Amino acid sequence: MNPTCTALGLDVGAATTKIVAVDPEGSITWHHLEPTEVKIEEQVARVLAQARAAIGPLGGLPLVATGYGRRLVRQATRRVTEITCHARGIFRELGHGGTLVDIGGQDSKVIAIGPRGEVLDFVMNDKCAAGTGRFLENAARRLGVPLERMGTEALAATDEVSISSTCTVFAESEVVSLIAHGVDLGPILRGLHRALVRRIVAMVRTVGLTPPLMLSGGVVRNLAIRQMLEEETGERVVLPRHPQLMGAYGAALLALEDRGRPNG
Amino acid sequence: MNPIASLRYHWNVNLLGRAILRWQRIRAQRRPPRWDTRYLAPPLKVGARMKELVGRHWLAGRYTKGCRKVAWVTSGAPVELLKALDFYVLYPENHAAICGTARVAVEIASEAESAGYSRDLCSYARTDIGAVLSGKTPVGRLPRPDLLLACTNICQTVLYWYRVLAHHFRVPLVLIDTPFVYTEEAAEHAVRYVRRQLEEAVPLLEKAAGKRLNERRLRQAALLSKRASELWLEILQRCRHRPAPISVFDQFVQMAPIVEMRGEPATVDFYATMLREVDERIAGGMGAVRNERKRVLWDNLPIWYRLRYLAEFLARRGVAVVASTYTNAWGELAPLIDPDEPFESMARTYIYPILNRGTGHKLATMKRMVEEYQLNGAILHSDRSCKPYSIGQMDQRDRLIREVGIPALLLEADHNDSRAFAEEQVATRLTAFVEMLGE
Ligand code: SF4
Repeated sequence: MNPTCTALGLDVGAATTKIVAVDPEGSITWHHLEPTEVKIEEQVARVLAQARAAIGPLGGLPLVATGYGRRLVRQATRRVTEITCHARGIFRELGHGGTLVDIGGQDSKVIAIGPRGEVLDFVMNDKCAAGTGRFLENAARRLGVPLERMGTEALAATDEVSISSTCTVFAESEVVSLIAHGVDLGPILRGLHRALVRRIVAMVRTVGLTPPLMLSGGVVRNLAIRQMLEEETGERVVLPRHPQLMGAYGAALLALEDRGRPNG
Repeated sequence: MNPIASLRYHWNVNLLGRAILRWQRIRAQRRPPRWDTRYLAPPLKVGARMKELVGRHWLAGRYTKGCRKVAWVTSGAPVELLKALDFYVLYPENHAAICGTARVAVEIASEAESAGYSRDLCSYARTDIGAVLSGKTPVGRLPRPDLLLACTNICQTVLYWYRVLAHHFRVPLVLIDTPFVYTEEAAEHAVRYVRRQLEEAVPLLEKAAGKRLNERRLRQAALLSKRASELWLEILQRCRHRPAPISVFDQFVQMAPIVEMRGEPATVDFYATMLREVDERIAGGMGAVRNERKRVLWDNLPIWYRLRYLAEFLARRGVAVVASTYTNAWGELAPLIDPDEPFESMARTYIYPILNRGTGHKLATMKRMVEEYQLNGAILHSDRSCKPYSIGQMDQRDRLIREVGIPALLLEADHNDSRAFAEEQVATRLTAFVEMLGE
């Protein structure tokens, strides 16, 4: 039998595209994640076809789109920013407010969430890729370390060099020159993670840290980021079950609320 | 004075120019509006008149050679003295803003950059220096100055910028140094110091003008300046109405005369007409934003090259920007001008601009506006160019959130340099901000 689906959330992020289906109670019944492609409209059509194959006809189901590509989702019944969607998703998942750090592929955000799940304040990284997943991805490529192993290798090192540049491109040349000077890979990896985390912590300070500190986004799988975030803030990090789906999940929950509305 | 030049000036500006500009205004009034009227009120009728007025001003600039002395001044300079001495007054900052709205600022600023001026310099300064070096301008031609007058009450950038101009044009630079006001009231000795500089400037200005300063004319210029500023302030305060009859974007568009034509009778007439139109809107219940759901504040300079985009973006979501510290700056000092005590009151007026006061004063101004205009949120444009305006915004934002309890957004851009504006990022932040304002 197909999983029940009452509403859908689609998060077209800069790095990955996620879709979540929820039942009338708002529990996730189906989800799918894949890298975002250049031709977003075609990709969306395909992802929706996949959803149809998994859960049956989508006609009449409310669909909220979020993420950078949200405006390209013609099938959406409503579009909401990733800020509101993340807050909604994580609040439902964890049952409390606090400070959410979401490190995405191309942008990072810190959201202060109130006791009723409302957005109290937010900051996003400024107009560059510093402080985002892209920062590590670039370095991984340059150093020839698989992205999945970056974190563990960083944690295995005992020494740490400081990477002064937070600019993704300049950090890359800094790394190259460190290698040229014979510095080991481990300390460089540690230094890169530290640079990224410090950048994030500066954003956390702008919003103000109200515990608990929650973390979402693809970077969650990187253990070093989690550990360093705890070191730098002195707070334990709480994770949702599906860290990468929070935006799409929040979108689906909003879609669920739209049922019965004139445009939903 | 050269009689042929005078004749040419009179013919081109007062006769032919006036007629052509009037004809253009009438045509403009018939043209369909450019801003999306599904979400915004139709444009102010007075807008075409403003274009005519400003057009005449720049047209006059083209024919000053040989018949009128020209002064280039900063936006916070004591223009009354110059008006009383019959100078044609040009504001490079205004000219730069025109380049910004015409979307040619980056091209012109690049001329300055390739001459070695850093991109960290204010984009107004770069636009102006670029225009001077290349001759590029959307207003036809900029008249060469006979005199430069800079007042440091807005920033220290102007100090160096005007030295560059003085060096380039080889003309005298008169500098009015206005000590920063850290406390509620400026110290008496600071006011005296400014007053003395104004008095000492007079012989220099007279020499450049080739005539003596007439007390009666100075008083008259001060009176006209005061009257126009008072009308401007009244117009802004009409936005306390719900729905607000005009938006801050309308104010940005209509503010050119109060900045560059203060002290002229036509400016007073213009704002009197505008006030009447604004009152008509109030009487008819017309709001600048058709479906005004939320009211917010704007801090810092406009983003000149994206006025329409921002106005439509917010209006579509029912958000009206109804108050701004920036447009307020040209009205709030009006009560200080006293035509009977021109020097003393000019010293006071020109020491108190918002940028010459502490960041706490700006915060207090914003808090007062939130109350008086019943605002639901604040957008603080973090202007890469204008350091004095942007410093302190992090704390101001924080305190508006904590102490006033409204959402506040820091929006990174630049008033004239569109290379510092990332549309996708701006759209996401603004949309999230609007979502925070709620239903
Ligand atoms: S730095 Fe600011 S105050 Fe100074 S000229 Fe530029 S915009 Fe104006």
